[in-house]
Amino acid sequence: MEWMAWTPVTAAFFGGIALLLVGMTVWEIRSPCVERRGFLPIATTRGDRLFIGLLGSAYLHLLVVGVTDWSTWIASALSVVWLLVVMRWG
Amino acid sequence: MNKVINNKAWWLVLPVFLLVAFSAILPMMTVVNYSVQDIFDASTRTFVGVEWYQQVLQNERLHDSLLRQFIFSACVLLIEIPLGIAIALCMPTKGRWASACLIVMAIPLLIPWNVIGTIWQIFGRADIGLLGWTLSELGISYNYAANTMDAWVTVLVMDVWHWTSLVALLCYSGLRAIPDVYYQAARIDRASAWAVFRHIQLPKMKSVLLIAVMLRFMDSFMIYTEPFVLTGGGPGNATTFLSQTLTKMAVGQFDLGPAAAFSLVYFLIILLVSWAFYTAMTHNDQQR
Repeated sequence: MEWMAWTPVTAAFFGGIALLLVGMTVWEIRSPCVERRGFLPIATTRGDRLFIGLLGSAYLHLLVVGVTDWSTWIASALSVVWLLVVMRWG
Repeated sequence: MNKVINNKAWWLVLPVFLLVAFSAILPMMTVVNYSVQDIFDASTRTFVGVEWYQQVLQNERLHDSLLRQFIFSACVLLIEIPLGIAIALCMPTKGRWASACLIVMAIPLLIPWNVIGTIWQIFGRADIGLLGWTLSELGISYNYAANTMDAWVTVLVMDVWHWTSLVALLCYSGLRAIPDVYYQAARIDRASAWAVFRHIQLPKMKSVLLIAVMLRFMDSFMIYTEPFVLTGGGPGNATTFLSQTLTKMAVGQFDLGPAAAFSLVYFLIILLVSWAFYTAMTHNDQQR
């Protein structure tokens, strides 16, 4: 694995993504989701909302890093809020 | 009746998953790892956080390339999709001519990218190329190596020549799959040719058009070889698209960290636009 040049931060990031996917799979097996419509303009499943949440979070990070001088932690905190909002009301 | 859900079939997906993991997911993770480090090789590296992202997102040259790339992809879609549909509608439906047309349409798709670039590079030259020579004989000033507009038009026409066939063939397959009863019903209603196109052919072509739009967007957004061979990104930087800027950064300057950060931004743009196209085209269907 040396060739992949791992760092603790990226390892934690991918670990988090892997945990999210495992969690979503277990959640889906325990209680299969039904497509529904929230504040997003399209009907979505739980997986769709996770994808939208993660993609939105990636862009939020790019916005904060590219346009502002804020710490990346602020972007991460905002992303967690965005992800939870999309998953609950999206 | 209780339906038993058997999830064992998922194991059949495992070989594909392993293959994709090896060829795409692991390299992608490596790019993410590279993007946060000042790295020369796996043992010579320093963690720099989001520094490369900052540098990439504030780089004027990349902004220009991105703008050019969006304009190019938009032009490609705006020309190739309607033209492909029009050609498919004009193609004969059966007989020897149908086979002949299909073969002729498939020929540009079989030519490798670098050969396409070379063909057009020679074709456009005023001294030995048919197009360049004809235009200069007609008194039209044309030089794709020196004039920005000429370079753009040549790259665009080259892409249209290379890839419109793909859109036309996909649309043709979609059109052939429409049962004749639809046309019979339209004739009974005395529907006009436009009404037949608007209410029968276009909706029935939707799934193939989705594939065509996605393929053409992704491909045109990643275009590298043809403009590289034809214009070398010039005149100046006029036809330097994103992948060429990226290659210069990664291979020419060996700036692996910034190139990795740029690759991920590039990937996110393609992911967002492709997802938006896919969602717009499939969700409209569901709402009907």
